Amino acid sequence: MSDVHTDPLGSLLRDSARVDQPRVGFFTDTSICIGCKACEVACKAWNEVPDHGYELTGMSYDNTTELGANDWRHVAFVEQSVPAESVTELGLPGFGPPDPQGGDEADTGVRWLRSSDVCKHCTHAACLDVCPTGSLFRTEFGTVVVQPDICNGCGYCVPACPYGVLDQRKEDGRVFKCTMCYDRLSVNQQPACAQACPTDSIQFGELDELRERADRRVAELHDQGVDVARLYGQDPDDGVGGDGAFFLLLDKPEVYGFPPDPVVTTRDLPSMWRHVGMAAASLLAAGAAAFVGGHR
Amino acid sequence: MQPSQDGHPTAGADPTDGTQPADGAQPTDTTQPTDTAQESATQSGLPGAVEFDSYYGRPVLKAPVWKQPDVPLYLFAGGFAGASAVLAEGAGFTGRPALQRWARSAAAGGAMVGTTALIHDLGRPERFLNMLRIFRPTSPLSVGSWILAPFGGLSTLAAASSLTGIAPLLGRAAGLGAAALGTPMATYTAALLSNTAVPAWHEAYRELPFWFAGSSAAAAGGLSIAAVPIAQSGPARRLAVAGAVLDIAAEQLAERRLGMLAEPYHEGRPGKLLKVARGLTAGGAAAAVVGRRNRAVSILGGVVLAAGSVLTRFGVFQAGLASAKDPKYTVVPQRERADARAHTATYSAKV
Repeated sequence: MSDVHTDPLGSLLRDSARVDQPRVGFFTDTSICIGCKACEVACKAWNEVPDHGYELTGMSYDNTTELGANDWRHVAFVEQSVPAESVTELGLPGFGPPDPQGGDEADTGVRWLRSSDVCKHCTHAACLDVCPTGSLFRTEFGTVVVQPDICNGCGYCVPACPYGVLDQRKEDGRVFKCTMCYDRLSVNQQPACAQACPTDSIQFGELDELRERADRRVAELHDQGVDVARLYGQDPDDGVGGDGAFFLLLDKPEVYGFPPDPVVTTRDLPSMWRHVGMAAASLLAAGAAAFVGGHR
Repeated sequence: MQPSQDGHPTAGADPTDGTQPADGAQPTDTTQPTDTAQESATQSGLPGAVEFDSYYGRPVLKAPVWKQPDVPLYLFAGGFAGASAVLAEGAGFTGRPALQRWARSAAAGGAMVGTTALIHDLGRPERFLNMLRIFRPTSPLSVGSWILAPFGGLSTLAAASSLTGIAPLLGRAAGLGAAALGTPMATYTAALLSNTAVPAWHEAYRELPFWFAGSSAAAAGGLSIAAVPIAQSGPARRLAVAGAVLDIAAEQLAERRLGMLAEPYHEGRPGKLLKVARGLTAGGAAAAVVGRRNRAVSILGGVVLAAGSVLTRFGVFQAGLASAKDPKYTVVPQRERADARAHTATYSAKV
């Protein structure tokens, strides 16, 4: 796939991507996510990812809270107050405690947004760019994977990721993240999360085909009047060259915890190196000048 | 969560079912939320208060897992060592043996402390040699490893030669090599921090190398005037003062240019650290000037300059952590960028 080969930093990726293997990815259609977390469970079960304890956040039905070394899928639950008249009454009992004051019924509407987050497998992957050991690499499927036998836990990829995906497993010292089930891909199986998703909110496939499908889905939703439907991460011209895992959202990306306009940090690196070079030259000049002037 | 008070369900709202009086036949979405406490963080009442959306106020980015004091200590030790290596060879060429001996030892010692701190910071310290498995110019940590490894070796050789008097020519060759690597050693760490998504570090990438270069020169010059007799420490004194000036100037420039992202550098604990660091750097430089005829004042000024450099590194490090942990610094600039682009696109479409 051509996307794999359009790295701004030249041909670094080129040697690791096969031409005959199309780039694959996830299209996560959050408009049909029911928040069942089957993806989280399937991911942990298949990849033998450790649990992170039984901690209740109290903020929502989301007790996973974020992606990390031990959470490679994360289902976000967003609860928003909306005007009551904008929600459908199904005649079911409410889900909250009754208001002792009797309350104003006019603004008690709630809209729920659910979204299963995952590593974006960026076209221009900052984690891969900054990894000093070569542990992170681009697979033949166009995905980005950590090799645990190489990683020395330097942690550089953690703050480099514009999405906050990677993290260090404290008791282990190394960094872990979604592999898009590299082992399953190798034997023509789809990733465990996509396999487990009961509503096809998580769709796995060839990236080009997924992008077309996503465009059709957004058009369909717009036709139905869902003007807020938008794609996130599908644009090959965005700051990371497009995501291998992209999303259909019903609100601004930051509402789901996504960065609104992520940019791969290495885009500015040539300029950074130039400034480092100028500063180094200044230091050398200052050092030399210190020996020229003065009498002592 | 807003409880339902009328006993009717409000869950699973389908945005398409919103009723819009003006457009009943073709319902449009009316569920664009009014911002709730969970979704929007507001700092009302503060000057420059901003409103933005986030996921329950949680950070977008992962803050660096780099440990303290390891990494800020390395930033200091590496910079101090690099600038010391430059001083040492200048001293060698201008006949200042005491300055040369001290500065070579300082370069080797700084490299040793820095390397130890870096290895200790690794999640798997026993795999530190994997750093030299590849060379990757897009990773300042890879480039830095390839600077630090030869710098450590060469500066140690040079120091050993100085201290023992054995093989002075080899010592000078090694010292010159260390001096050549010394200035990138003192400045590459700026790219190390900037080449991340951490907002306060990334956006400061123009000033940070000069800030660190100045801080390194102040520390190396400072400890040299503290350790070396006045008769030989003139160049160290001038380098220290020049470094202090560059340090403070670069910081002021950064704070002026960064706008909202300057906040982490002057607020909270990192803000306090940097304020004290600035005071120490300025005071130490003044003492270095005054102390050019007084050894005791020189020692005091030199030590104060080095302390300023240490605090500068801790302050910059912690400012980065603070900016990564607050979603405001990630979301607001990116939202402005995205909105500006959308606006331009709309305008172009109309034209």
